[in-house]
Amino acid sequence: MKIIIAGCGRVGYALAQQLNDEGHDLTLIDNSAERLQPALSNLDLQGVVGNASSVLTLQEAGIEHADLFIAVTNQDEINLISCLLAKKSSHCRTIARVRNPEYFKEVNYFKDCMDISMIINPEFAAATEIAQLIQIPDAMDIDSFAKGKVDLMQVVITENSPLHNMKVQEFSRKFNHEILICILVHDHQVCIPNGNSVLMAGDTISIILPRKKINSFYRMSNLATIREIKDVMIAGGGMIPYYLAQMLLRSGIEVKIIERNRERCDFLSDALPKATIIHSDATDHDLLLEEGIEKTDAFVSLTAVDEENIFLSLYANKSNSTCKKITKVNRLALNEIINDLPIGSTISPKDITTEYILQYVRSQNNSYGSNVEALYRLMDNQVEALEFLVKEECAVTDIPFIDLNLKKNLLICCIIRNGRIITPSGRDFIQKGDKVIVVTTHKGLQDISDILDDSVK
Amino acid sequence: MNYSIIFKIIGWVIQLEGIFFLPPALTGFIYKEYNDALIYLLLGILCIISGGLIRRQKLNKTAFYAKEGFVAVALSWIVMSAIGALPFVLTKDIPYYPDALFEIISGFTTTGSSILTDVEALSHANLLWRSFSHWIGGMGVLVFILAILPMTGGSTTNLMKAESPGPSVGKLVPKMQRTAFLLYAIYLVMTIITVIFLLFGGMPLFDSLCHAFGAAGTGGFGIKNDSLAGYSTYLQNVITISMFLFGVNFTFYYYILIRKVKDAFRMEEVRWYFIIFLGAVALITVSLVAEGGGIGESIQTVAFQVASVMTTTGYATTDFNLWPEFGRAIMVCLMFIGACAGSTGGGIKVSRIMIYLKQVRKELMQQIHPKRIRVLKMDGKALEHSVVHSCNTLLMAYIVIFIVSLLLICLDGFDMTTNFTSVAATLNNIGPGLNVVGPTGNFSEFSTLSKFVFMFDMLAGRLEIIPMMVLFHPSTWKK
Repeated sequence: MKIIIAGCGRVGYALAQQLNDEGHDLTLIDNSAERLQPALSNLDLQGVVGNASSVLTLQEAGIEHADLFIAVTNQDEINLISCLLAKKSSHCRTIARVRNPEYFKEVNYFKDCMDISMIINPEFAAATEIAQLIQIPDAMDIDSFAKGKVDLMQVVITENSPLHNMKVQEFSRKFNHEILICILVHDHQVCIPNGNSVLMAGDTISIILPRKKINSFYRMSNLATIREIKDVMIAGGGMIPYYLAQMLLRSGIEVKIIERNRERCDFLSDALPKATIIHSDATDHDLLLEEGIEKTDAFVSLTAVDEENIFLSLYANKSNSTCKKITKVNRLALNEIINDLPIGSTISPKDITTEYILQYVRSQNNSYGSNVEALYRLMDNQVEALEFLVKEECAVTDIPFIDLNLKKNLLICCIIRNGRIITPSGRDFIQKGDKVIVVTTHKGLQDISDILDDSVK
Repeated sequence: MNYSIIFKIIGWVIQLEGIFFLPPALTGFIYKEYNDALIYLLLGILCIISGGLIRRQKLNKTAFYAKEGFVAVALSWIVMSAIGALPFVLTKDIPYYPDALFEIISGFTTTGSSILTDVEALSHANLLWRSFSHWIGGMGVLVFILAILPMTGGSTTNLMKAESPGPSVGKLVPKMQRTAFLLYAIYLVMTIITVIFLLFGGMPLFDSLCHAFGAAGTGGFGIKNDSLAGYSTYLQNVITISMFLFGVNFTFYYYILIRKVKDAFRMEEVRWYFIIFLGAVALITVSLVAEGGGIGESIQTVAFQVASVMTTTGYATTDFNLWPEFGRAIMVCLMFIGACAGSTGGGIKVSRIMIYLKQVRKELMQQIHPKRIRVLKMDGKALEHSVVHSCNTLLMAYIVIFIVSLLLICLDGFDMTTNFTSVAATLNNIGPGLNVVGPTGNFSEFSTLSKFVFMFDMLAGRLEIIPMMVLFHPSTWKK
C-alpha cells in the first residue's frame, strides 16, 4: 500500500519503522527536515518537508495515489485539516490522532461528516487499557479478542502457586482444556510452549481464556489473594488520569488523584466531582503515606516524567507490596532495564497508538479473503497475537490441524464459531466464518493462510 | 565497522562484473578473436564463482551506516577496476598493468582519458569492454545492484548517497529499489534510442553501440584515432544531442515520465545548464567567426565540443587545442562546471556552482545590509544548511586534491597548461585537456607515478571525493 504519514515524532517514526518492515511504500511529511533525517537515513522511504495541512505539500507527497493517510502531528487541528484535504484530493482512507478532549467528544461527527476512517486518542486508549488492568487484577497485561469474549492475559507464576513445577499438559488437564498457555517467558527467553514445557516460579505466562473463566482460573491456580480493587491512587493529573478516573468512577471504584498544578486540580475537581483531588507533589513520600499509599488497592503512576513514574512505583512497591501497580513509560528504550523492576505493568500511550493504527493498516491491507481483526504485540514486541476473520474457504479451512503443516512457533489458541468459544485440539479445524486467534513469533502475518509453513513443500 | 556486509557487497560487485565480461566475450566470438573471447569468458566465469564464494559468508548484522556505505562504494570501485584491467593485460593489448588500470579506471569513472597512442590496434572485444565500462560506471554499479537485488532496509540509501553525484541525493519514489530501477530504466531506454538514431545515420552496429555507451555514460572513449571526426555531420549531431541529454538531471526525465512537465521545466539547475551551454556555444562561435570561420559549420563543431566537455564526455570532432585562446579558456571553465547533479556527467556540477554563487550574493547583501536575513533557495525551496555546508567542504577538498595532484604531476616536466588541464580533465572525468593531453594527444607520456595520481583523481572525481577520503582516513579503520 502507498501510505503517507504526516508528523515524524515518536509515533510517526515507530509507525514508519513497522510499516517499512512490512514492505509498504511510505512517504513522511514533517515541517522540520531535522526530524525527518533519522527516518530518511535508517528507513527506506521518502520525506517531504512542509506543512501537512497544505494541499501543495500533500500533492508533493503524492496524495493522489495514496491508499492511506495517517496524521500524527502534535497538533489536532493540523491532523484533522490534513485528513480532510487528503480525503478531498484522493480516494485514500484517513486516520487522525486527536487528543484534545473537546474535539474527542465530537469523534462521531468527525467520522461521519469528515469521513475520517479512524480517530485515535492516545491518552484515551491508554486509559482504556489501564482500566482493564485494574478491573481484572493480577494480570500484568490483558488484551481482548472477539469484542471482549476472549482475553489474552499475562500472569507471573509465584513460588507458592500450584502452577510452579507443573507441566503444560497437566495444566491443560486441570483446566479442562479450556485455558491455553500460549506464551512462556522463562529466563527472558520467549517461546511458544508445547505439552512438555514445565512452568517454573518467576516465569511469565500468557494464557488465553474466555472472560467467564477468569474467576475460576484465579480460584484454582491460587495465583494470589483474590482481591477486588476498590480504590485507586493516581499520581499525576494529565489527560490519561482524567479519562481513567471517568471510567473507574463509572464502575464504582474510588479514585484519588494527586496533581501538583493548582489550576489543573480545579479543573479535575470540576470535571470529576466524585474523585478526590489532592493538590500536592506526588513525589512527596510523607504525603503519599498520609493519603494511604499503604492501604490502597492500586497505584498508577502517570506523571509526565518516565523516571518519576518508575521511582513512584518502586516506592509504592516498598510501602505496599500487595497493591497493583501500573507505570506509564514513554521511552521504549527503557523497557529492557525496567523489566526486572517490581513496578508492575508498564504502559506507553505511544505504543498503544502505534499498535491500534497498525492493526487498522493490516486489516485494510488484505481486502479479500481473511482479515486481521485485531493485533497485539506482546513481550517487548517479540510475539504477536492476531485475530483473523475467515471470510472464505482457503488452503487451511476444513482440514484438521493434525494434517496441516503449521509454522513452528505458532499456536492456534482459540476458534470462535457462532459465538461459541472452542479451544482447539488436533482434531479441530477452521471453517468459513470462524474467528481464529493465533499467537506467533513470526511477524507480519497478513492472512490466515500464512499460518502454513511454506518453507517445506 | 560491519565488515561482513562490505564483503557481501564486494562479492556482488565481482559477480556482476563477471556478468559484464560476457558481452565483450560475445563480441570476440563474433569478430573471430577467439583468444580474447576466451580470456573474457574465463575471467567472467572466474568472477562469477569467486564473487559467489565471497558473498556466501554469513552476515553478522545487516545494519550499515554512512561509514560502511562510503567504504563499500570506494572499495567496490577499486576492486572493480583492479579486475577490469586484467583482460587488457592478458590479451596483451596493454601489457603494462598500471597502464591497463589507468585505462579501465578512466573507463569506469567515465573519464575517457587514454594512454593508448593507437586505439584502432585494439581488438573488438577490448574496444567494446572499454566503451561498455563507461556505461556501467555512468549510472554506477552499486545503483545497479540496488535495482536488481532485494536489499531491504533503509540503510541502502547510504550506498546510493556515496555513489550518486550531486549535493543532495533524493529518491524518485519511496522505495530504494524502485528508484534505482527507474533510473536504470530511463538510462537504458535513452541509450537504446541513441543507438537507433546512430544506426539510422548509417553507422555500423558495433560503432553505434560503443559510441552510445560512451555518450550515455558521458565517458568519451572513441574507437577511432580521430574520435568522431571521421563520421558524418548527422551522426555528430546525434552524439551532440545525446551527450547533452545525458548531462541533464535524471529527475527531469522522471518528472516528464509522470507527466509533471511543469515541475520538470521549473528545475533551476536544468535551466542554468541550458543557459550555460548556449552561452558558451555563442561566445566560442563568435570568436571562431572573428578568426574567419563559417557560421554554420562553426556552430555545429562548437556545439559538439561544448557538449562534450561540459557533460564531461570527451569526444572530439575537431582539435579545440587549436582554437583561439578565448575559446580554450571557456573550455577550461566548462571543465570545472560540469553537468547536472543526478546525471551521468562529472565535474563540480551546475547545482553546486549555483549554490556557491548564491552564497556569494548573499554575503554581498550581508555587507550592504548587515541585519538582512536571506535564505538560500533552490527550486523555490530553502536550502538546508547541511547541504550548503557539505558543498563548501567538497569545494575545499576538491581544491586541495587539485593542488596536490598538480604539484605531483609537475615533476614530469611538462608545461603548465598541460599539467593544469590534465588534472582538471581527470578530476572532472572529462578526458582530453589541452596541449599534450589535448583531443589528439594522450596520457601515455606521463610517468607511472603521475598515472597513479590521475587514477586517484579519476576515482575521487567520480565518487565526489568524500568516499575516497573516508576510505583512506585512519579513523575509519579504528575500532
